[in-house]
Amino acid sequence: MNLSLVVWRQKGAQTPGRFERYEAKDVSPDLSFLELLDVVNEGLITQGIEPIAFDHDCREGICGSCAMMINGLAHGPQPAVATCQLYLRHFKDGETITIEPWRAKPFPILRDLVVDRSAFDRIIQAGGYVSVNTGEAPEANSIPVPKKDADMAMDAAACIGCGACVAACPNASAMLFVAAKVAHLGRLPQGRVEAKQRVDQMVDAMDREGFGNCTNHYECMDACPKAIHVKAIAFMNREYRFPRRKPGT
Amino acid sequence: MRLTSSLGRKYVMALSGVLLLGFVVAHLAGNLLVFAGPEALNAYAKKLRLLGPGLWAARLGLLGLAAVHVVTSIQLAIENRRARPQPYAVVRHSASTLAGRTMVLSGLLVLAYLVYHLAHFTWQTAHPAVAHLTDSSGRHDVYRMVVLSFQQPAIVLAYVLGVGLVGLHLSHGIGSSCQTLGVTNERVVEAVRRAGRLIAWALFLGYAAIPAAVLLGVVA
Amino acid sequence: MPEARVPPGPLPQKWEACRASLKRLSPSDARRYRVLIVGTGLAGASAAATLGEQGFQVESFCFQDSARRAHSIAAQGGINAAKNYPKDGDSIERLFTDTIKGGDFRSREANVYRLAQVSNAIIDQCVAQGVPFAREYDGYLANRSFGGVKVRRTFYARGQTGQQLLLGAYQAMMRQVEAGRVRLHPRTEMLDLVVADGAAKGLVVRDLVSGAITTYGGDAVVLATGGYSTIYYLSTNAMGCNVTATYRAYRRGACFANPCFTQIHPTCIPVGHQHQSKLTLMSESLRNDGRIWVPKRKGDQRSPDQIPDGERDYYLERRYPSYGNLAPRDIASRAAKAVCDEGRGVGPGGQGVYLDFRDALGQLGRRTIEERYGNLFAMYHEITNEDAYAVPMRIYPAPHYVMGGLWVDYNLMSTIPGLFVIGEANFSDHGANRLGASALMQGLADGYFILPLTLTAHLAAHRPRQEGPEHPAFGDARRQVEERTRRLLAVRGKRTVDDFHRELGRLMWDACGMERSREGLTRARAEIPRIREAFWKDVTVLGSGEELNQALEKAGRVADFLEFAELVCQDALHREESCGGHFRVEHQTPDGEAKRDDAHFCYVAAWQFQGDGQPPVLHKEPLTFDAVPLTERSYK
Repeated sequence: MNLSLVVWRQKGAQTPGRFERYEAKDVSPDLSFLELLDVVNEGLITQGIEPIAFDHDCREGICGSCAMMINGLAHGPQPAVATCQLYLRHFKDGETITIEPWRAKPFPILRDLVVDRSAFDRIIQAGGYVSVNTGEAPEANSIPVPKKDADMAMDAAACIGCGACVAACPNASAMLFVAAKVAHLGRLPQGRVEAKQRVDQMVDAMDREGFGNCTNHYECMDACPKAIHVKAIAFMNREYRFPRRKPGT
Repeated sequence: MRLTSSLGRKYVMALSGVLLLGFVVAHLAGNLLVFAGPEALNAYAKKLRLLGPGLWAARLGLLGLAAVHVVTSIQLAIENRRARPQPYAVVRHSASTLAGRTMVLSGLLVLAYLVYHLAHFTWQTAHPAVAHLTDSSGRHDVYRMVVLSFQQPAIVLAYVLGVGLVGLHLSHGIGSSCQTLGVTNERVVEAVRRAGRLIAWALFLGYAAIPAAVLLGVVA
Repeated sequence: MPEARVPPGPLPQKWEACRASLKRLSPSDARRYRVLIVGTGLAGASAAATLGEQGFQVESFCFQDSARRAHSIAAQGGINAAKNYPKDGDSIERLFTDTIKGGDFRSREANVYRLAQVSNAIIDQCVAQGVPFAREYDGYLANRSFGGVKVRRTFYARGQTGQQLLLGAYQAMMRQVEAGRVRLHPRTEMLDLVVADGAAKGLVVRDLVSGAITTYGGDAVVLATGGYSTIYYLSTNAMGCNVTATYRAYRRGACFANPCFTQIHPTCIPVGHQHQSKLTLMSESLRNDGRIWVPKRKGDQRSPDQIPDGERDYYLERRYPSYGNLAPRDIASRAAKAVCDEGRGVGPGGQGVYLDFRDALGQLGRRTIEERYGNLFAMYHEITNEDAYAVPMRIYPAPHYVMGGLWVDYNLMSTIPGLFVIGEANFSDHGANRLGASALMQGLADGYFILPLTLTAHLAAHRPRQEGPEHPAFGDARRQVEERTRRLLAVRGKRTVDDFHRELGRLMWDACGMERSREGLTRARAEIPRIREAFWKDVTVLGSGEELNQALEKAGRVADFLEFAELVCQDALHREESCGGHFRVEHQTPDGEAKRDDAHFCYVAAWQFQGDGQPPVLHKEPLTFDAVPLTERSYK
């Protein structure tokens, strides 16, 4: 199949960027989207044009590195996949595809499609953990956890920290990312002890980074490659108001 | 909970919104008395006036709520805009609704509509011709004021548009408030969203029914 | 050969005795030492967190944009521990025996025993951190079985166990970042080790955003840089995985042990097209419920549902009736290759075998299968456009893990004093083949429970002293890295870095993959220098060194692969036996199983660099087996 790519090119954080058009001729529909970029890049290099920079690593949808807006949708048109798991068979032959980096003030562009997402690390740093030193832990089965709670914790814990929620949110809000961590730890008895300060500190950190405010559009949930549900946000809202001693429902 | 944080202000928006929604519902209940005839409506209006300081407390309360709701929303909107200084070249939406994305606009238009609405029926400056009417018992004849006003198609249009904006605003606002207040979960989140829309448009129909009924001659 | 420093005494008491003898440091003393840790996977992050908790100043480096993205995150199946919760007779002894046997008697007994001993504490630690392991309806932890063992000892978090364990370690580390005891350096790649006055004292790193090449000094260096399966180009590893950190340490004097011990994982999605950039693993846990087969008849083109049971060859169940589809990875991989070589493979190019869930779906129902493997089936569907609920999956082996790595003693220290190596980057625990769900166990054992004690003892024996850029060794190392970077940019040839990488990968896969022969390895050893020469003459790396330049990053890694590949082949050539993942066609039993030569090769091959163009020196650490008698591995 043939595809036209309109790609955001920007040499550095301080330099202005612009769109460039590249043609991908005769590519197999079995290629992943990143493999398409590989092919385009190899072509560019042989023409003496610097390749398109983009973050990617595991290419199996779990590391959260890859991040691009594809025709206005974070990670492209397929639900619940990261860009690396998006295959060309979901596009039409001859289609023009616009590729942009995540756009949010807390995610400054470093080059082309590469953005700095260290804001997420700083939010986790503010309280996204259980304070237990190595060696302090009691026997693993000493606290039974209802399967339902463990499952709900896992639903939220599946977050890969890619930033699609921020990218897709009309307000560039990081609520789903923050809520996923709050809900993951808050659903488990091990995480209850620090539930109150965790949500306070993480929300403060989120605000400090300059993310927008959640207005419940739910674009984040549709964009999330792990389909993390906005129920996590409702959970965080409850936690923020009045954290209970036991895992909330 | 800190009310100045992003999450705190979500609560401020949701709580003030829910209280204002309460007023919208109560106000509609009163208005619908128009269908019960002039006696019922005018007596209701008189009763409200007799509340005196209570009425003023309620008015000030509503004014305060509205001010908090509006000021906070504008603050949040400015921050949201700053959070994405460079917009996307291609914008596509999948989950959000027009109503949700235009909350500030619809809210501000509702505000403008309210000023007109107050000027019309409360301050009675917008349409002096229908003001200062009294009924046979010497009460302020609200019924006639309403009927005479809504026999003019231009005024009806303004009102249907106005309450239409209220409906649009609430069609996102109700479901959104439930999410913010944390009363949703995976099972009900879609149902809450739909119920919110349903309530919003039911309110719209209730409000729009009055001018429509007058214009169509059902209420005379 | 330096001493392995295995403590004396009976096996079960060695670690206890060692721990008791190791010197400790009070937090106020620890504060005066600085530890440089490269890599933030399970091993690196858990070590950074624990050392931070103990009060050390920790500098943590990773090339990814966030520490949370290290490749441990992609481990799907689970983590082993000898908890014996299902009460099926598991024990530390049994986990130890399975691991020794699974490794085909090429690992160090004392290390493996210690691994089994600390395995239970890992589960405790992770649960306390909030790792959402799967649970039964009674609220207690669930276990499943995994390749190469008959007990249920594997703990898991859906198909994302590695992710959840890594997030636990990452979060513990971020807590120390907040406390000011760990400093993060993401998007920072280690390009050389600084050895000053005979000890590992620092790093040369490149800031991948600005391109700045700088040095960091510390009291000790810990490499937790993972494995080098990407030497085959196509592998299940992340695109960024590389050998540079450990290879550069090797060039600085650290011995490299068993570099040819690579693991080819049996259950991966087969290669689909020529532009394939990586291979996707389907968790081994699928083998619990899926049955592996190929048609009995050569070139059978019928669709799988048209092939009746009588005409299917469930070859693992046939050849290994006792373990069946759960045979260890090396055996399952080789068996798949064998049937494909016979012309009975399925799918495009005949490079695949069926992993069929028909029977499991019939017995357990779709819901149970969905619950167990839903995300894997979805992933398979995305990649192949095939519904594995309706047609069997196609799988084929792919490079996955390397058992080889830098040589370390019992205390996880390399042959360079002060250079510690943990996780996949070292060689120690898996011998010639790793059992499923053991990599996560080893990474966390090293990082949480072993290194923090042994490293502390090492530091306690030395006064805190961090060298800086003014030390000549630092300046020299930095200049060498700068020179190398300049040279890569100066070639300006015609071929892309990936092009060379693909060429090397194909060569290594053919000559040093699932099957190795004297002839193939000899040819590869002649071929590699030719590719390397072509690389330095004809590679093209655009842009400059003073910016974010991904092609330059890749070029440096591939350049190192082009040198290191020779060592891998040399190691494979010298080891005239078959063991675990190292299968030499010249050494097999009449029925095609690996034939060890314990009389001559029961040792760890530790190679020492002698300079460019000089053959490395081979040191042999003899392996003795007291607790598990040396026997031929049998999974029949």
